[in-house]
Amino acid sequence: METVTITMKNAPALYLEADNVSPDAFAGKKAAQIAELSVHEGNTTSTLGKYFDVSGDAGATAADTKVVVRGDVKKVKYLGFKMTAGELVIEGTADQYVGAWMKGGKILAKGDIGAFAATAMKGGELTVEGNAGNYLGAAYRGDWRGMSGGKILVKGNAGSDIGMYMLGGEIIVNGNADVHVMTHAEGGKTIIKGNAASKLGGQMVEGTIFVFGSIEVMMPGFKPNGEVELEVDGTKAKFAHFIGDMGERHKKKKGVVVYGNLYKKI
Amino acid sequence: MTKKITDVICPFCGTLCDDVEVVVSDDGKQLLEVYNACVIGTEKFLHSQAKDRVTRPRLRQDDGSWKEISYDDAVEYSAQMLAKAKKPMLFGWSSTNCEAQSVGNEIAELSRACCDNTAATCHGTTLIAVQDIGLPTCTLGEVKNRADRIIFWGCNPAHAHPRHMSRYSIFPRGFFTGKGQMSRKLIVVDPRVTDTAKMADVHLQVEQGRDYELLDALRVAFKGEWLPDVVAGIPAEKIREAADMMKSGRFGIIFFGMGVTQSLSKNHNIDEAIAVTKDLNEYTKFSIMPMRGHYNVTGSGEVFAWQFGFPFSVDLTRGFARYNPGDTSTIDLLVRGELDAMFTIGSDPGAHFPISAVKPIANMPSVCVDPHLTPTTGVSKLHVPVAFNGVEVGGNCYRMDNVPIDCRKVVEPPEGMLTDEQFLIKVRDRLKQLKGVA
Repeated sequence: METVTITMKNAPALYLEADNVSPDAFAGKKAAQIAELSVHEGNTTSTLGKYFDVSGDAGATAADTKVVVRGDVKKVKYLGFKMTAGELVIEGTADQYVGAWMKGGKILAKGDIGAFAATAMKGGELTVEGNAGNYLGAAYRGDWRGMSGGKILVKGNAGSDIGMYMLGGEIIVNGNADVHVMTHAEGGKTIIKGNAASKLGGQMVEGTIFVFGSIEVMMPGFKPNGEVELEVDGTKAKFAHFIGDMGERHKKKKGVVVYGNLYKKI
Repeated sequence: MTKKITDVICPFCGTLCDDVEVVVSDDGKQLLEVYNACVIGTEKFLHSQAKDRVTRPRLRQDDGSWKEISYDDAVEYSAQMLAKAKKPMLFGWSSTNCEAQSVGNEIAELSRACCDNTAATCHGTTLIAVQDIGLPTCTLGEVKNRADRIIFWGCNPAHAHPRHMSRYSIFPRGFFTGKGQMSRKLIVVDPRVTDTAKMADVHLQVEQGRDYELLDALRVAFKGEWLPDVVAGIPAEKIREAADMMKSGRFGIIFFGMGVTQSLSKNHNIDEAIAVTKDLNEYTKFSIMPMRGHYNVTGSGEVFAWQFGFPFSVDLTRGFARYNPGDTSTIDLLVRGELDAMFTIGSDPGAHFPISAVKPIANMPSVCVDPHLTPTTGVSKLHVPVAFNGVEVGGNCYRMDNVPIDCRKVVEPPEGMLTDEQFLIKVRDRLKQLKGVA
């Protein structure tokens, strides 16, 4: 695997839309060609090389390419946009839309990431060592298809609206999550190892939420359904089981109504 | 001699009362009296006659003082600002007519700007929810003639839309509601005991920020499922009682305001309220309607949606329309430091935005087009006073139920003053020259 390193040298005055920073866009290109790829600051279009030093040539395909992003990218959006293979390592904190619409490959963000990360993600892995913003793995505005595959691991805390309209895949948050988890979800799984705020699983049709810590306020649409012994992400424990959202529509599978599940560790 | 003009439209709130009468002097230059309007609407008409009104554009000098300049100089400043900026914002549009809004959209496209209206701090969350799950709605005429279950959720029309209740929602005697107030049941959901709540048959005093839970509980109650003993500070029996009252009506309507759109859960509150409406249609006929604030904020959403495909928070910087509130919404853009020029028209962000979003306006090239002196003119570099919309110039506007109504001109503006549309056309034409597309 070939490695391309891009290092911020001239920080933008406003914010930078770097939707070409991905193994897919870099694949098959020499460092000089990569520096010619377009980036956008407001309504102006210029080259990646104006803002970043580019070193190393990319592999022949996305799968053979690893991209390392260095320097201050707090004001850079769309890193890893629509990537399908290969690797992306962001060494600092990045802004919105990290790994948005990603289909494959791996992203490792060593700092925090902004809102709308992994929007409508279909596959691959996103690991965040810091905190994630709002709308992690959610649907784009007005779309009813959120994250449908892949895996997200946030080692810090996550913001609000994670997994909105989720259809599949898995989100693990080691820290706490803010309000609205898996709203409108029709599948998928979210594990919150810290505490959750409120409005978990509102309007949820199907899917599963695990909470290891406390839940500030439960949704009234989640009905107690006994206790179960489960092994979740390597932890064996007893969980209180709730089904819901009872106010929402639910499908029948093989003649049985399927509800969303909420498990809270006891 | 004076003249009385009837059937005047009030350009204050989204109720757009169309039965106002005004008395003007014989030469049509002075507005003397206003009848039928509420106290806020009356003030809006009479304020145009203020003796200390600013009638020429003013540019702020280095020492902070204002210098009077010509409209042509103001056009030049605005066009140059928009031509140079990398990410300008054209904000406001809610207190101007659709004609001016449409010219504004041409300017936005020429300068590849972001454009947004006051829904960003108001019913924008409603528009997000509508895009997510749709909107079963109706017109205010249907409410007047048919509705026998009225729900005011997180809004206080007694103060914010003073004539709404007498014209449409509670008191009027309609075709199927001949007994007026006697034929209607009123449910108010509000954490405070407002003047609207005092008139309610049922007041659900919801805990602050728990509207989403209460709406969900209503949906559970419609289906007769299990409920916890207390939800959002309200006992389950009271929720079931309210649910039965809603189901038993012939025609119901949910009116909602800022109490739900801008409190915790925001768009999700509306999303769930629309789902409540949808559920109720399995038992009876039910509709839902946002209580829009500025008189033509609805029109601004219509014009944006018609021309760009999205109703607010549109980003044209890449040459095509994008929309994602949180990224492309004005307050977020200002607070995050994403903008480098601000053009405000028909709105007062200086009074309504958080201070962290107002400070950046003071530190960038900025224009405020407004007939009044406002906190926004106070922080802007250029203040362009214009004729009062709906008083000194007519134009199209949309009522809160999306009914288009033509406003009427009732009095002449002070000599030599431009209207919003006239000023914007000059800016557009100058911008075309600067961009080399004239």
